[in-house]
Amino acid sequence: MKLVIGLDGQSSGEKALEFAKNMAASMDSCELIVVYVIEWSPFSFQTAEENAQRHKRREEEISIAMERVLNPAIGSLKDAGLNARAVVRHGDVADTIDDIAHEEGASQIIVARSSAGGLTTRLFGSSTGNLVMNARVPVTVVA
Amino acid sequence: MNFIYRLFLTAAAFFAIAVPASAQEAAMTLDEKVNSAFAGATGWFVSAIFAPIPGTSFPWIVMWLVIGASVFTIYFALVQFRFFGHAISLVKGDYSDPNDAGEVSHFQALATALSGTVGLGNIAGVAVAVGIGGPGATFWMILAGLLGMASKFTECTLGVKYRNEYPDGTVSGGPMYYISKGFDELGLPGGKILAVVFSIFCILGALGGGNMFQANQAHAQITQITGDFPGWITGLIFAAVVFAVIVGGIKSIARVTEKVVPFMGILYVGAALIVLIVNYNMIGWAFGQIFAGAFTGLGVAGGMVGALIQGFKRAAFSNEAGVGSAAIAHSAVKTKEPITEGFVSLLEPLIDTVVICTMTALVITISGQLMIDQSTGNYMLNEAGSAIATVDGNGGVALTSAAFGSAISWFPYVLAIAVILFAFSTMISWSYYGLKAWTYLFGEGKTTELIFKIIFCIFIVIGAAASLGPVIDFSDAAIFAMAVVNIFCLYFLMKVVRAELVSYSARLKSGEIKKFTH
Repeated sequence: MKLVIGLDGQSSGEKALEFAKNMAASMDSCELIVVYVIEWSPFSFQTAEENAQRHKRREEEISIAMERVLNPAIGSLKDAGLNARAVVRHGDVADTIDDIAHEEGASQIIVARSSAGGLTTRLFGSSTGNLVMNARVPVTVVA
Repeated sequence: MNFIYRLFLTAAAFFAIAVPASAQEAAMTLDEKVNSAFAGATGWFVSAIFAPIPGTSFPWIVMWLVIGASVFTIYFALVQFRFFGHAISLVKGDYSDPNDAGEVSHFQALATALSGTVGLGNIAGVAVAVGIGGPGATFWMILAGLLGMASKFTECTLGVKYRNEYPDGTVSGGPMYYISKGFDELGLPGGKILAVVFSIFCILGALGGGNMFQANQAHAQITQITGDFPGWITGLIFAAVVFAVIVGGIKSIARVTEKVVPFMGILYVGAALIVLIVNYNMIGWAFGQIFAGAFTGLGVAGGMVGALIQGFKRAAFSNEAGVGSAAIAHSAVKTKEPITEGFVSLLEPLIDTVVICTMTALVITISGQLMIDQSTGNYMLNEAGSAIATVDGNGGVALTSAAFGSAISWFPYVLAIAVILFAFSTMISWSYYGLKAWTYLFGEGKTTELIFKIIFCIFIVIGAAASLGPVIDFSDAAIFAMAVVNIFCLYFLMKVVRAELVSYSARLKSGEIKKFTH
């Protein structure tokens, strides 16, 4: 059985991780895929200079995500004796988490309750909200 | 390379000295002094570039661009039409590997290149073309835009193919790289020298069309609303903001511009469409004027040839096809197939010239700003006989502004903001193109880069203070000089592009290159 856990680098992600840990512990064999999505759109506008440095920045963004969010998470899961691995990808948060779950054949996605607020969320909805509405596999939202 | 470096410093010093030297002529204002010094210093260069073909009034450089674009169109068997649909698919990301998410997409490379070309050429340049060459210039402008798509395809494919990818992950590309590396690969001599010559012209083009023309027209647009005041004031303000961005590294300003400019572009096209829809009954007449004017001139200075020269000139200045600047902007894209960026880039002259420039030309024609002699149906010339007489005596961006203003009274204010932002984003783009040429010549390093950036800012002040004539002439000359070297080299390198095209089309047909399902 495979579980996809979406983290956003906020403290609420800890709860999602904890929930997944307990769930996995009660199962015989379970693979945990911890995902961090760097918000990015191929249709944004950039200056020529930003474009020239884009590849370098992307590598930096990926290594920062691994260092600060994913490695600690994977570490704590492995310490608990679980089978876990990390995936970092650029894209729309909700779509990308769903895509990964679909590609991996995961049976469930576990995410934390949306931590963002304010006007943007009111207008466009949160990533968690979008994921719940559009995901192709069951989603558990941890409060 | 040291020699060229000194040459540049001398040139920069000359401009610095030339201004105070003429200060002794007490009767002249500062603007006039800058203007006469500028015209005196650049006149020979302008004359050489725009020299007519012996026995005609046709500038050889315009012929050069059109022949180049036609050769590429034929050599690649109308690639701009055959691969048009494929280009759209590429921009939509249908062929982008999902694992490359986060890298520069085709859309981003195209948008960045467009923000360097869409701008004053579309607003002021078209007004100059239509103001001098009449509505008929539009026909030749569209034709030049369609042909130019093939030039753009050729140069941007090469730009990606021969770019430099550095160990730290940054990329640098453009004509200077494909000329030197491509010539070496084909065993042709002189690649290095040609690349150096191109770089020199690219720096001049960056200071001219990419800088002074922008500053000049932005100032003209501001005075249209505020009333007259000295150009150097606008110049200093612009220079300070550009300085803050390119030297101070205040990315937020550039980032805001990059986000606002596309919306300004959409707003501009939207406003043009509204004017056209309101005057829908005149669209047929306007196209009639465009076609009739294209072949008869309808009384403009120089007749049909006058219309043709203006149309071709302004199209080239607006979409920069064959100039080589776009190859610098497009080369940052993430793709395994250089030719895909060539396909994407051919959309650039289409959007820039065939769509946006035509909108401007139609609005000016329909607005009735160009005065028609009712008895003959021909356009009336102004007193000097150099351009068509307009209702308010306007030319350049002021003519476009008046044309929009006659239909939407408050639009000149929006246009003023658009012009300032377009001018600003074009300056930022060209400061990058110029810098790439500069570092190609002098090597990368903080000090050499800073010297160029400071020279660039000084030229903003000069451009804003000089009057339209000498600035436009020099800007054109510098940009077209880039095309002289670039197109010459493209003739040698186009077989490399054809090999890519043959291989890619075969793989596309066989299904080896297929869409990714998203």
